Amino acid sequence: MIQPLHQTLYELLKQATGFIYPNEIEVHWGILVVVYPYLTGLVAGAFILASLVKVFNVKEVQSVYRLSLLTALAFLIIAPLPLLLHLGHPERSFEIFLNPNFTSAMAMFGFVYAWYLMVVLLLEIWFTYRKDIILWSKNERFMMRWIHKIISLFSTDVSEKSVIFDKKMVKVITIIGIPSAFLLHGYVGFIFGSIKANPWWSSVLMPIVFLFSAIVSGIALVILIYMIVTPSRRQEIDMACLDKMASFLFYAVIIDFSLELLDFIHRLYESEESIKILSDLVMNKLFISLGIIQVLLGMLLPLGVMVAIKFFRFDAELRKLLYFVSAILIQLGIFATRWNVVVGGQMFSKSFRGLTAYKMELTGFEGIFMALLLLVLPFIVLAILVKILPPWEPAPVSDLEAVSD
Amino acid sequence: MERRKFGKKLFTLVVSSTVFGGLLKKANAQTKDYDPSKHYYGMGIQTNKCIGCGKCVEACKDENNVPKEPFFFRTWVERYTIKKDGEVTVQNIDSRITTHRDNIFEKEILRSFFVPKLCNQCDNPPCVQVCPVGATFKTEDGVIIVDDERCIGCRYCIQACPYGARYLHPEKQTADKCTFCYHRITKGLPPACVEVCPSQARIFGDLKSGASPLGRFKRLFKLHVLKPFLNTEPKVSYSDLDGEVR
Amino acid sequence: MKKFLTKLPEQAGRLLIVFIVFIALVLLVRFLLPASLKDHNIHIQNTVATEMSRQVRYAGSEVCASCHDEYNLKKNGYHKNLSCETCHGTLKEHSENPTEIKPLVPRQRDFCTRCHAFDPSRPTGFPQINPSAHNPMKACVSCHNPHDPKPPNVPQECQACHAEIARTKAISSHVMLECTICHEVPTQHKVAPRNVKASIPAEREFCGKCHSTQSIIKETSKVDLATHGEKYLCWQCHYPHMPEVE
Repeated sequence: MIQPLHQTLYELLKQATGFIYPNEIEVHWGILVVVYPYLTGLVAGAFILASLVKVFNVKEVQSVYRLSLLTALAFLIIAPLPLLLHLGHPERSFEIFLNPNFTSAMAMFGFVYAWYLMVVLLLEIWFTYRKDIILWSKNERFMMRWIHKIISLFSTDVSEKSVIFDKKMVKVITIIGIPSAFLLHGYVGFIFGSIKANPWWSSVLMPIVFLFSAIVSGIALVILIYMIVTPSRRQEIDMACLDKMASFLFYAVIIDFSLELLDFIHRLYESEESIKILSDLVMNKLFISLGIIQVLLGMLLPLGVMVAIKFFRFDAELRKLLYFVSAILIQLGIFATRWNVVVGGQMFSKSFRGLTAYKMELTGFEGIFMALLLLVLPFIVLAILVKILPPWEPAPVSDLEAVSD
Repeated sequence: MERRKFGKKLFTLVVSSTVFGGLLKKANAQTKDYDPSKHYYGMGIQTNKCIGCGKCVEACKDENNVPKEPFFFRTWVERYTIKKDGEVTVQNIDSRITTHRDNIFEKEILRSFFVPKLCNQCDNPPCVQVCPVGATFKTEDGVIIVDDERCIGCRYCIQACPYGARYLHPEKQTADKCTFCYHRITKGLPPACVEVCPSQARIFGDLKSGASPLGRFKRLFKLHVLKPFLNTEPKVSYSDLDGEVR
Repeated sequence: MKKFLTKLPEQAGRLLIVFIVFIALVLLVRFLLPASLKDHNIHIQNTVATEMSRQVRYAGSEVCASCHDEYNLKKNGYHKNLSCETCHGTLKEHSENPTEIKPLVPRQRDFCTRCHAFDPSRPTGFPQINPSAHNPMKACVSCHNPHDPKPPNVPQECQACHAEIARTKAISSHVMLECTICHEVPTQHKVAPRNVKASIPAEREFCGKCHSTQSIIKETSKVDLATHGEKYLCWQCHYPHMPEVE
């Protein structure tokens, strides 16, 4: 049931403590705006994992390169949806392209997004898959054949020279892509970090913290997808690949953790005007989501597990289990991170004198079901993408010979 | 044949005249007797004159169709009570709740006072900076207003305002805020809150005009603005502002 | 140029075409859109125009002065700075249609106490009363003219010394009785209150004038003097300034 707004607000008014500015009772950015940075974080993280493979030529992880690219694309396609749905007037969203206000970080969304989608991700995927698409389309039936032909833009050249050109382009795009991925998620952090009115958000570290938590969540996601999809295809999980990804994850978590710790200590040490209300916020409103879920379950526990894996020689089965559990915990932790930033930043009054409350609806645009739907949708998109562009292995060489004959 | 031509001509005439008429009307409403470049508005608030009656809040809601529920305000009044043990209590004076404080005995009070709040019409407005579609902007005469036909309802401006002066209009689903009663001040009338204030705690004026009550206010008192460290440069200034007020 | 194109790998050429088409489409759409959709300045002008054309609801006191004499009375009194609409509500519609739409005329006590009830947060010197002690049964307008509020003309002489009694009586059912109805006060009492005392009713029949069953006064409670506590004077059991028995 969706209650009328005033009724909800009267209930929230009773839960508010201390003094809040009267307009602050309504929490304006709810669960959907939590989902949005979570999704873009996954995009950036998955893409950066793929780029690490290309740039540093990490042999072990080669087998998930295409999978992580597709994952990034699937999540990128869904990422703007929660933003769109939370608008008061989604039908006016085109204004952001027609009349962008160039001083607004949010207005840059359209451009950063378009740049990342069109120039980086789609191009990289296109060049990566082009040869294979052409080869696949040779032996396929009507539907898939045409889909592949259209996707390949009716390109037919699979000569060695053109394949080398593809590879070169992929390299170039990866090099542009890494800063772009940084831009994509750093910019989401900037949306929050640049709000001087809000001491919980306003921090130079915000974009960097966002970025590294994005990398953490992205790698963990690819690990999860890899560990679920591979057995379901009746294939063996490649432990070398998994170990390598886990070790990337480990380093990313360490950096992320240090950054957040730095942010925390810095705030505590500077102890500005807002410190009282922020400690109140952390101890009362965010104790479970920040203290327990984000830090303890989402960061310290997986870190401990991964340290243990590094020190003790567990067998493969146990390692798989531990990696799997850690990756899930990390996802939970990063989601809590986004929650604590977005909702936490609105739980205290800008008068620094009181705390507000947030009540989540079950149904409706701002409800839990909608949020769950938005979290599931990327996987559906990913399934479709995997159908069209199987990321497992390149087209058999025999096809290549068939063409050259 | 001739008739058809005539009909066509008539049609174009009607269309063009209505279109042009509409344009002219809009242009007229704007230029008639009012030159925004000659004005720059500001407000002074004499804190120790406010009696906390909440008339300004009511008048604002009447004049500007602000929803009556106590979650939507273009202006509001805060009551500060500092007890002898240093504890600070702040309340929002809701016009429908009696002005009498609860639970604080008079003898425990060190000092107590009211502070009216409204949009500060910042000269360096963070809300305008962050609006993704430029739907909120500063007019030539220094007032920040919202175009409710273009606001997409993203609420970034609400997050960016350090003073809590903005809210999302529950029916229109667009950001809404104090406009200094722009429709009144451009006709030479004071904003509704200033009109009804029984104790002249609010002084509205034109910073570009010579002698004016606002000029006197600025000359006579030591002034302060809210949260000056955020560099928003408010055009609403307060006299006798207590350090506890944020 | 041609050489470059032929040298370009086949797939790059195809991509280039897609990009060029895309950019061309974007530019075309932008070009085809009417200015009203993409010109920021037009948006600003329109918003300012709509904002200016909004309906005024508070008319301002000058409008009232043209019909109502009370304005002249008010402008010399303590309420001289009060706008008419502070008490009478929005009057723009009344000024345009005076016979059909009538303004608010508040007469309840709690209307006046919104400003004048004692509140420790109010500035000292602002006239305030304790509503539960200050003639609680009376409407403010029965003693004070809101258009020219002054301390009322009733004698304050007794209250000056017997404030506690006055306050008690003020919330009793004897509130309407002047002190002199029950007490004879020689003029010397004011000069030498301890030497020359005011009288106290010495007979049961004095109270009986209102409270005996034979009394012709209707609104009072009645007892039969012959059977009700015949050994005592009334005030030995009932406190006349706060008679507790109904």
